[in-house]
Amino acid sequence: MLQGKATWVFNNPPTIISTGTVGGPFEEKGNIADDFDLFFSDQWMEEKSFEQAHRHLIEEASTIALKKGNVDRENINFFLHGDLINQITPSNFAARELKIPYLGLFSACATSMEGLALSSLLVSEGNANYVLTGTASHTNAAERQFRYPNEYGSQKPDTSQRTVTGAGVALLAKNGNGPKVTSATIGKVMDEGMTDPFNMGGAMAPAAFDTIKQHFLDRNIDESYYDLIVTGDLAKYGRMICLDLFSKNQQPITEDKFQDCGLMIYKKEQSVFAGASGPACSAVVTYGHLLKKLKNKEYKRILVVATGALLSPLTVQQKQSIPCVAHAVSIENIN
Amino acid sequence: MAKQQTNYQKYESKIEPKRPVLKNCLKAFIIGGIICVIGQLISTFYMYFFNFTEQTVGNPTTATLIFITMLLTGFGVYDKIAQFAGAGTAVPVTGFGTAVISAAIEHRTEGFVQGVGGNMFKLAGSVILFGVFSSFLIALIKTIFSYWS
Repeated sequence: MLQGKATWVFNNPPTIISTGTVGGPFEEKGNIADDFDLFFSDQWMEEKSFEQAHRHLIEEASTIALKKGNVDRENINFFLHGDLINQITPSNFAARELKIPYLGLFSACATSMEGLALSSLLVSEGNANYVLTGTASHTNAAERQFRYPNEYGSQKPDTSQRTVTGAGVALLAKNGNGPKVTSATIGKVMDEGMTDPFNMGGAMAPAAFDTIKQHFLDRNIDESYYDLIVTGDLAKYGRMICLDLFSKNQQPITEDKFQDCGLMIYKKEQSVFAGASGPACSAVVTYGHLLKKLKNKEYKRILVVATGALLSPLTVQQKQSIPCVAHAVSIENIN
Repeated sequence: MAKQQTNYQKYESKIEPKRPVLKNCLKAFIIGGIICVIGQLISTFYMYFFNFTEQTVGNPTTATLIFITMLLTGFGVYDKIAQFAGAGTAVPVTGFGTAVISAAIEHRTEGFVQGVGGNMFKLAGSVILFGVFSSFLIALIKTIFSYWS
């Protein structure tokens, strides 16, 4: 049901009955390795190209989610998935193998919550019984598309981020045991004229701020409602800016409560500059790490705000600014 | 709208860390200098042991430096040095080498003709183009001046 301007409050909150999260070797050395289902020992995942390895990640995460949820593939109504690669081919090709009716999504790194919001809407309104949704990214495939060849020697600034190699998939059902998706706020595209593709956090912070503000307004709540508000990949500086924007708006958010997936996944000594990024960043952290904490009752209510920079290599070369979007989804333990 | 955008950019640039220009220059100077010293050693080696002169030793020295760069890029070491050195590894001929070689490695998944062949010079191509073009301009200017004088 629409509440306020841009928020859906789900009348029949769908349950996340299972998830599948996979990662690469660099993620295995990270901070939340225990919360992944599977790791690959190299970036190729036994495939011939990074793009095919990317597809492999999605297939593997989806298979794991189906197996853990104990639901037959034939019973899944829809598969909503997206990634960063041109024409989202890794998702399209994975959907070819899965043979589930498919909707391809793109909101860059905000795709994870776009997928979860739409899937929840489908299930809540009775338009589906089971929906599989997720996002993936592959650092080498993203690097070669958006920046330079992987082995090219160039100096990156401290504001740059490392794309996560991995895939995170969630299986939603009408009923069942597990945390429930209670509401979603769809963000509008924000552009503050930032042009540096090595500073996505700074470009995306206003979009995250705007969506969270809208979410509070629409649901008539404040930060105290949630145990955790977690952004997708604002990383170190984007998070600082977003926190500051809230303070300036007389709506301060407790610093401990406001976290970022891009700062959770890797260890400090892994030197990933400002933090992690990529569609998989919010997906693996939410569906692996945070969902586990919800199930353990460490958290009761969390708000996941996935942030996406909607740029392409072409728009960067043509000196266009970076439009950004953020979508927020609340996941709660209701019993 | 436009004014608000510049306000945010001003505000953002205060929070965003400044690029350590002086430190980067110093690191570039040291690593770039070391590469040049290695180049000089190679030149001296060729002139001492082989039949090269100061005029002709440039080509084999450049080729050797690019060959070393190729090995370092292929083994995944060059990008780590470059993160530290910045312009120090980008400006010498090794920067040109890594641009060509990394692109060649990257695109072998698209085949030898369309992949490696078509993309090998996608980064270094502009160096060749503008290098050749500016040499042409300088030569033209020199020719005109020497013709008059």
